[in-house]
Amino acid sequence: MYPPEFKVLVPSSLEEALKLLKEHGDNAKILAGGHSLIPMMRLRLVKPEVVIYLGKVPGLRYIRENGSTIKIGAMTTHGEIESSSLLAEKNPLLQETASKIGDLQVRNMGTIGGSIAHADPAADYPAALTALEATVVLKSLDGEREVKVDEFIQGPYFTDARPDELLVEVRVPSLSGRFGTAYEKLYFRATDFAIVGVAAYVEVDGGAFSRVRVGLTGVGDKPVRARQVEEELVGREASEASIEKAADLASEGLEPPSDVRASSEYRKKMAEVLTKRALTRALSKAKGG
Amino acid sequence: MAVETPKRYIGKPVKRKEDLRFITGKGLYVDDIHLPGMHYAAFLRASYAHARIKSIDTSKAEKIPGVVGVFTGEYFRDKVAPLGTAWALTNADLKPVTWPVVAYDKVRFTGDIVAVVVAKDPYIAYDALDAIEVEYEQLPTVVDPEEAVKPGAPQLHDEAPNNIAFTWRFQGGESFEDLERKADFVIRKRLINQRLIPSAMEPRAAVAAYNPGTEELTVWVTSQNPHVHRLIMAGSLGIPEHRIRVIAPDVGGGFGSKIQVYPGEVIVSRLAMDLGVPVKWVETRRENFIGTIHGRDHIDDVEIAATNDGRILGLRVKTLANMGAYLTTAAPGVPTILFGLMLQGPYKIAGVDVEVKGVLTNTTPVDAYRGAGRPEATYILERAMDLVALRLGMDPADVRRVNLLDKAPATTVTGLIYDSGEYKKVFEKALEIAEYKKWREIQEKARKEGRLIGIGISSYIEMCGLAPSRIARATGFGLGLWESVLIRVHPTGKVSVYVGSHPHGQGEETSFAQIVADELGVSIDDVEIVHGDTDETPFGMGTYGSRTTPVGGGALALAARRIKRKARKIAAALLEAREEDIVEGEGKFWVKGSPDKAVTFQDVALAAYTADKLPDDVEPGLEATVFYDPENFVFPYGTHVCIVEIDPETFKPKILRYVAVDDAGVIINPLLAEGQVHGGVVQGLAQALFEEAVFDERGNLLTAGFNDYMIPTALDVPNIESYFEQTPSPHNPLGAKGIGETGTIASTPAVVNAIIDALAHLGVDHIDMPLTPFKIWKALKGKK
Ligand SMILES: Cc1cc2nc3c(=O)[nH]c(=O)nc-3n(C[C@H](O)[C@H](O)[C@H](O)COP(=O)(O)OP(=O)(O)OC[C@H]3O[C@@H](n4cnc5c(N)ncnc54)[C@H](O)[C@@H]3O)c2cc1C
Repeated sequence: MYPPEFKVLVPSSLEEALKLLKEHGDNAKILAGGHSLIPMMRLRLVKPEVVIYLGKVPGLRYIRENGSTIKIGAMTTHGEIESSSLLAEKNPLLQETASKIGDLQVRNMGTIGGSIAHADPAADYPAALTALEATVVLKSLDGEREVKVDEFIQGPYFTDARPDELLVEVRVPSLSGRFGTAYEKLYFRATDFAIVGVAAYVEVDGGAFSRVRVGLTGVGDKPVRARQVEEELVGREASEASIEKAADLASEGLEPPSDVRASSEYRKKMAEVLTKRALTRALSKAKGG
Repeated sequence: MAVETPKRYIGKPVKRKEDLRFITGKGLYVDDIHLPGMHYAAFLRASYAHARIKSIDTSKAEKIPGVVGVFTGEYFRDKVAPLGTAWALTNADLKPVTWPVVAYDKVRFTGDIVAVVVAKDPYIAYDALDAIEVEYEQLPTVVDPEEAVKPGAPQLHDEAPNNIAFTWRFQGGESFEDLERKADFVIRKRLINQRLIPSAMEPRAAVAAYNPGTEELTVWVTSQNPHVHRLIMAGSLGIPEHRIRVIAPDVGGGFGSKIQVYPGEVIVSRLAMDLGVPVKWVETRRENFIGTIHGRDHIDDVEIAATNDGRILGLRVKTLANMGAYLTTAAPGVPTILFGLMLQGPYKIAGVDVEVKGVLTNTTPVDAYRGAGRPEATYILERAMDLVALRLGMDPADVRRVNLLDKAPATTVTGLIYDSGEYKKVFEKALEIAEYKKWREIQEKARKEGRLIGIGISSYIEMCGLAPSRIARATGFGLGLWESVLIRVHPTGKVSVYVGSHPHGQGEETSFAQIVADELGVSIDDVEIVHGDTDETPFGMGTYGSRTTPVGGGALALAARRIKRKARKIAAALLEAREEDIVEGEGKFWVKGSPDKAVTFQDVALAAYTADKLPDDVEPGLEATVFYDPENFVFPYGTHVCIVEIDPETFKPKILRYVAVDDAGVIINPLLAEGQVHGGVVQGLAQALFEEAVFDERGNLLTAGFNDYMIPTALDVPNIESYFEQTPSPHNPLGAKGIGETGTIASTPAVVNAIIDALAHLGVDHIDMPLTPFKIWKALKGKK
């Protein structure tokens, strides 16, 4: 597990990082927490000539509220998201999701920016971020743009980022009112990536679902929303019976992968089961449970 | 000078002497060896699982600055003898299949080495591997043993037609045909014991250094049996045994995978001699997955002849044992002697008929993995018990009650003599501790609520303490199976103990010191255990087969007693008394009736070296060497109970309770013994629930990393409740049995039985391991 030779550059400002990225572009890889990049380099699956380490760039590690949005710096670790009291109150979905990623070491090192940029089709965040209709902010020397997460992630390990662009921020809504959220993750072995993961976010108004968002990971090339489920539920009585019926729609149109662990069919079935569980738990929270 | 009064140590939870160095990161592993001028080797492994090598172009690699040389199979072909197996099974038509250390004509699995780079640093070595160009002619591949024995299957070795490396048949007791006639029914079932990957924390590694002046080769290698390593390497390299020194320093786990002599250590040894520089090789984790031996991998077609009251009369088993591409050091004995002879288990079965075909396939070689053969046998027996229970609608506990042997000694139809034990008593004890009856009631109620709770039992007996040499030799084992020790008492009364065993994580530096300290009446702090270096220690067979305490420890007790006898003579001389009148205790000797005029063990030790007051028939010095060959194996046994609940929607099993009651004879150190039970149970439940090596049909290992090969984490493992019963074994001086493998042997079927028990009312009678949520879901599909 010895990578070929590479050069490490350590910018000390965002400006410098962007310059280096522009200069080395395709031959460079950003190094954040390293928990995805370094294993791939050791297996020689990726062989960057230049590695640009973001750890010394100030101003990329924060969680702050800005009106109805919560902004999270790309270098914020899973552990910081897990223990953020701001998120616990105003976006518990992201917080719960972070708490279910890997193990303690992974959560201490891995970053939200790295996870999204890496676009592993079974990563946990994308389920929540899709359900939350979150966006990411990409920056280059030419300027800045904001892209929806489900458009940013285009396929397995494949994103909309240009080689000179850095993911600098993730934006999720600050939630309020009668809402509830839940992230259900199925794994066979603790600390593993999800076999299937389902994030649910519901709002209740006068005994009925007023807003429902369901995001799934591990069921295809990229995270998806279970729009059929969402549409079926909105306006219906906020009850477990409604959820039970709607959850079966979660697997419609999905073509999950088959691999050494499980078949596509099992994953479809689990998408339904976990959707039901996530919605049920989210509803109970929305009702103050 | 007064002696510190030692307590008796045996049976006490003495903390490990090893802890200081291991817990503070001061262990010394092969990778910690750095020698001046040391170079690094890296191996290019085969791109295909079965192919002819047409040409190898190393010219680009050779030109990379820092590369010292690139060596292919042609280089080694005449210099190094290929590796064979050391367990030359008798009466089994064993074929002479050998493994060239570097492939020259063809490759037979993706772990075969096709070229070796030696470079100034490992990074350069791995860069150079990328620059080697190999032209292959691909050959058809076979990974499934059932396919491999069919006519027309791709052939691996000319020496082994139809890919059959051996056929071993054993028939003991009444014939199966007779028992079938007496039986009320016969259950026929195919049970698959899937392939596992040992996954020791420390991968394999070797450093070799040659001194042309003394013509001596020193090899540091991670090994469970350094003396065996030296012996086999002397043969392969063609150098005299006394010119090789093998040092196995701290070893980070083996589980059977470091018994074997592999190409890696032979290659670096040869290159160190040829290049005149020390050469180091440390396996990458990926190489460990592909190139280090795997375990298990049986297809067992089982026939169970039973009666309507639950008695199993006879068992007939036809096994295809996937041996992988070559026969490694201990491989042929594992699915035969260590498996077939254990098929009676702790039961009254009247006839055992077993035929094992060892089949060669384009996969990693399979050899001993913790339990080695005995888990496979126990799995069949314990599944059989539950299948009979299910068929008859009987409680699985009652089926075992009908079949269990009451107690030892007992002679099996497979020719073994069980040494000591109360099989039924321990069985009942385990069920009582686990609250078996209560759980049956809970299960009943839970079922009505749609919950899936299951209770699994596993009663096992294990043949271990692998010993008597005459039996080992009769089965074709290449060596005897005794152990040896040298105890040397220094003039100050401190004690160095040199043992041929090579503990590697089990903690014998502590438990051996306990034995010596108790026998000699000295403090445990005054005893050091030295092992792992062939120049320091007497010949030993190594640490495996749960033999280190019963065999090595037995040798130790005998040697200590010999020292004690001499010490008494010296003490008598010092006290000017007759030896018969000497009383001893707590590290002192005195004349009967005058305890106030005692001499200490230290006084005696010093007198042995000053040598001026010794009786005429006593030589100076105080040491003893013992070679100990026990008269028989030892047979630990026990009963484990596992309770699981399965999520009825995701089908994920959760172990609610795990109870282990084991009788391993006299327990030297309960702390260490419990540690062995914990580790063993975890490795066994890992087979039941998580682990499986999967090859695609072209022979690529799909589970070649911890991402895909699921060894459980601490979070996946239940609390393990471990209890001991202690019936001494009459077969060795300590009364001890082995405890290293019992957990692995017992737990796999306990967990599987629990899961099947949870699903039985839904029409499931068996699922092949590992029982992942997916497999359980699949088994239930279309049932209700
Ligand atoms: C044992 C283990 C278990 C794991 N389990 C899980 C799990 O259960 N669930 C889960 O979701 N993940 C899991 N992971 C992945 C973990 O969360 C990773 O840390 C994460 O996916 C990547 O984050 P990182 O900061 O380590 O990124 P790095 O490894 O440093 O980078 C990953 C990729 O993203 C790029 N990149 C990083 N930051 C940026 C940026 N700001 N802008 C542009 N590109 C960038 C890098 O160039 C690289 O290509 C696990 C990892 C390990 C090692």
